[in-house]
Amino acid sequence: MNSFLTSGLIHAAFWVVVGLTFGGAVLAVFPRKIVYNVLGLIVCLSGVAGLFLYLGSFFLALMQLLIYVGAICVAIVFAIMLSPPLHLEVPKRRMGKVVLSAGASGVFFVAIAAVIWKTVWHPAAERGADWSIVTIGHLLLTRYDLVFELISLVLLVAIIGAILTTGFSRRLSS
Amino acid sequence: MMEAATNTGGDWLRLIVGLIVVLIFSQLNALFLVWLERKVAGHIQLRYGPMEVGPHGLLQTIVDGIKLVGKELITPFKADKKLFVIAPVLVFMPVLIPFLVLPFGPELIIRDMNVGLLLIFAFSTFSVLAILVGGWASNNKYALLGAMRSVAQNVAYEIPLLLSVMSVVLMVHSFKFSELVMAQHRVWFVFLQPVAAIIYFICATAETNRAPFDIPEAESELVAGFHTEYSGMRFGLFFLAEYTNMFIVSAVATSLFMGGWHGPFGWSLGIPGVIWFLAKTYFLLFVLMWFRWTFPRVRFDQLMNFSWKVLIPLSMLNLLVTALVVKFV
Repeated sequence: MNSFLTSGLIHAAFWVVVGLTFGGAVLAVFPRKIVYNVLGLIVCLSGVAGLFLYLGSFFLALMQLLIYVGAICVAIVFAIMLSPPLHLEVPKRRMGKVVLSAGASGVFFVAIAAVIWKTVWHPAAERGADWSIVTIGHLLLTRYDLVFELISLVLLVAIIGAILTTGFSRRLSS
Repeated sequence: MMEAATNTGGDWLRLIVGLIVVLIFSQLNALFLVWLERKVAGHIQLRYGPMEVGPHGLLQTIVDGIKLVGKELITPFKADKKLFVIAPVLVFMPVLIPFLVLPFGPELIIRDMNVGLLLIFAFSTFSVLAILVGGWASNNKYALLGAMRSVAQNVAYEIPLLLSVMSVVLMVHSFKFSELVMAQHRVWFVFLQPVAAIIYFICATAETNRAPFDIPEAESELVAGFHTEYSGMRFGLFFLAEYTNMFIVSAVATSLFMGGWHGPFGWSLGIPGVIWFLAKTYFLLFVLMWFRWTFPRVRFDQLMNFSWKVLIPLSMLNLLVTALVVKFV
């Protein structure tokens, strides 16, 4: 399928995708207009889809687009539409909040980086080629079934949480 | 080495030619569909529709298109300029991608990917985002309301759409278009999966924002919905995207439920596959237009209730039954 892509071109595409992911992340954090933020998030998540593509799993890349861009970002945009109109003055960023959130994400970054640093990575003998849906399905239900079940637990908690929140807010408003 | 080089050149050439053909086809298709829509509307309402330019008004939309290109592009003073300009481009870009995988004939697929069906649905969500961006950036209450309705509608109808498609995928065990069509060599899936086919077609009508589900641009209440502030070719791009989207959903319906390039019950009658495919696709497009001029527009709450309370449970049930039948029969 990639017959017409030379290795140099693939390498260039990798850096483009990394740039998209990083640029999107910057856009998602810094501009003061909230719609720009969410569009940045969309660019960033599409970049992650590009990374999956680079790693050879077309299926995962498409699922990333379908779920993160198609479902989650659209839901976020929908919530944002209910925010105050754009011609109003945006409230100032409070210094304390900025420092706090920067610190929190710094700690998270350090933790993740430390884990990556400490892990002894065994380079695979050859680049994985078989990332078809069948392989992923088998792996999810055999080797990674605990992770799979955990994810469904998280989703279940989210659903119950959503039901509770709407229920409470409805009772409070009536 | 030499062989690899020529092969690379050939692939690039194929890609570029494919892209040009798709671009031209999408324009011609939109021109034809707009004309057809006006003709169908006319005849349903006992009038002729466009008659003046060309035989039976066939050149009317070309003239209209030239007019659109010549018109001034107006950007509202208080709009978000960057996003306002980007939105029409964003809406048109993703509608070209599905042509990569649509099976026009046994040999006429640009790339027969093994996740072809997913590709179409992954990129279809981008046009919703573009509508949102356009509606929000216009800084106009009608545009914003139209955009919000469009999102709510798309979120609601995407779920039964995907579930109904899934039941076909379960039967064939593949997302690959060529295999999905080959499985219907004898019997079309519209006979084996009638519920899924009907749900798919209803949801496709809603996903393309067509009447009776055209509340994002309901003329009688929202002026023109999300594209109220757009003029000239920017408006034209929204229109082009809508008609190309109609073609895509009909083409997907043809290849999933109506046998793709096969004739009914394995009789091809000596007609080439492409003709079968296009004939069925344009028939479905005609049905879409027929819907528009027959059913009155639904109210917003009716729309939401219909999806969440009828279509989603029904499509889940259909999927469950399909899974049980595939497993045990």
